[in-house]
Amino acid sequence: MRLIQSIIGLLLLIQASAASAVLDIEIIGAGEKQIPVAIVPMGGDPKLSQTIHEVVVGDLMRSGLFRMVDLAGKFLTEPSQVSYADWQVRGADGLAIGNVTALPNGRIEARFRLFDVVKQAELVAQAVSANDGQARAIGHRIADLIYEKMTGDKGVFSSRIAYVNRKGTSFKLLVADSDGYNEQVVLSQNEPIMSPAWSPDGSHLAYVSFETGHATVFVQSLYTNQRKVLADFRGSNSAPAWSPDGKQLAIVLTRDGGSQIYLVRPDGSNLRRISFSGAIDTEPHFSSDGQSLLFTSDRGGSAQIYRMPVEGGAAQRMTFGDGANYSPRHNPDGSGFVFAHRNNGKFYIAMQDFQTGQMELLTEGGWEKKPSFAPNGKLILFASEARGRGILATVSSDGRVKQHMFTQSGDAREPVWGPNP
Amino acid sequence: MKKLVISLVLVNLLAACASNKPAETTGGTAASGASSAGASTKAASAAQTAGDPLNDPSGILAMRSVYYPFDVDAVQDADKPVVQAHGKYLAANSNRKVRLEGNCDERGSNEYNLGLGQRRADGVKKMLELGGAKSAQLESVSYGEEKPRSSGHEEASWSQNRRTDIKYAK
Repeated sequence: MRLIQSIIGLLLLIQASAASAVLDIEIIGAGEKQIPVAIVPMGGDPKLSQTIHEVVVGDLMRSGLFRMVDLAGKFLTEPSQVSYADWQVRGADGLAIGNVTALPNGRIEARFRLFDVVKQAELVAQAVSANDGQARAIGHRIADLIYEKMTGDKGVFSSRIAYVNRKGTSFKLLVADSDGYNEQVVLSQNEPIMSPAWSPDGSHLAYVSFETGHATVFVQSLYTNQRKVLADFRGSNSAPAWSPDGKQLAIVLTRDGGSQIYLVRPDGSNLRRISFSGAIDTEPHFSSDGQSLLFTSDRGGSAQIYRMPVEGGAAQRMTFGDGANYSPRHNPDGSGFVFAHRNNGKFYIAMQDFQTGQMELLTEGGWEKKPSFAPNGKLILFASEARGRGILATVSSDGRVKQHMFTQSGDAREPVWGPNP
Repeated sequence: MKKLVISLVLVNLLAACASNKPAETTGGTAASGASSAGASTKAASAAQTAGDPLNDPSGILAMRSVYYPFDVDAVQDADKPVVQAHGKYLAANSNRKVRLEGNCDERGSNEYNLGLGQRRADGVKKMLELGGAKSAQLESVSYGEEKPRSSGHEEASWSQNRRTDIKYAK
């Protein structure tokens, strides 16, 4: 049931301490420029401090953008103990310190500070609190603060991911933290589940379930677990995608012939068809401004990526060249899109800029499918395969840093990165 | 190539029979047919066969899968007689209903394959209707690549997974 069990072992390796543990997360490559930071374990409750430290260091390392500076036995918790010169000598650009305590009311509170060692200035002084048992959430929040202050981009460590775990004929729709911890079962059954899609506010998942005997689109609240059928017409109902304002979804129905794209409100009302081709039109995805859709279509003879206005109209072909292309997702910054590229028997994760129209492969190729951007556009989550199993993987948007996340058992499929909380 | 496909169809059919009727087919039904079955079973199956050609294990209606090349949804010439025979049978037996389940190999996105599998199933449905089956007797669905019969990453598995199954309601 639990996903990634021991990131701890990896962290110990990274810190060059003695460790021998099975790595459930493998990191390959490094960013072009890694920011050296010193993360001092917090004072206060030692157990909470350890958990938070593991999470913060793990998050920053997985981004590929940070390098951990050796603390050389230094331990400090207060600003008055900070000697910038000490940390400049050790080559740190950033220094993080703090204290964590379990409050009498059961909540956990961490007081956290981040310093710019080069400019000799305090960047953050913040109290972060969470409910009992949520120390990891505090760690993710602190990692987000460090990431944002040191790189200028928003962090994504507090966001969540959804994916499907398949084990024989058993299927589970799961939601987990961005590092794979805190896994929650959304749906468990013996019929396939595919294409989970986050509502923009992270409160609901739309997905495709075959429990009715054919592909049916459901929408489920992650808070109450209540769900309802969004589309259950004859044939296949699939590929849900939320508009950025959450007021409608694009879905794919075969009720009028082949797979075609429709818009519908989250309550199932106002259903209307927007694509009209004799081809398979599927995998719609809204642009951040809500004005256009990217989708997959084989109208040109092979599966390629197309773009069309949300309200319908002429579609423009976006991908050309050898092979076939699937599963487009807009970059949140609007500059381009990521997709799965198939050529010569391999699947690659590829990216294309709207302006240049040039395709760039981000991975070496294998069985790599279903990419989705992290909310900040800097990381891409996708389905891959290693050791004969379906796994989750990420690649940085510059292709430099890759990460494999192994589930405990079964095949991980259909991952999708959720919004920031 | 054709022979291979047909023999695969047969193997699958026999496997399906075996799983449906485990009590009757423990022996060598697959290879030697009725000769190795017990006398009573033989008589019963002969009577059934006389009553309903659908139950004849050596008849064309015993074939219930059609296979496709990669990324193709049209019923291939080799499989047309099978689909046509089912169309004729359904036309003559309006009380029988079938579910057509389209499947794909894993090369493509899950969603694209769901659409492709649906087109495969719909193509068989159309051919059954041409043969006289009524729309109300037919339901076409797709599993895309979600229910592979064979899980390997090579053509031997993929060719098994690119198919439409014709499943009669009990």
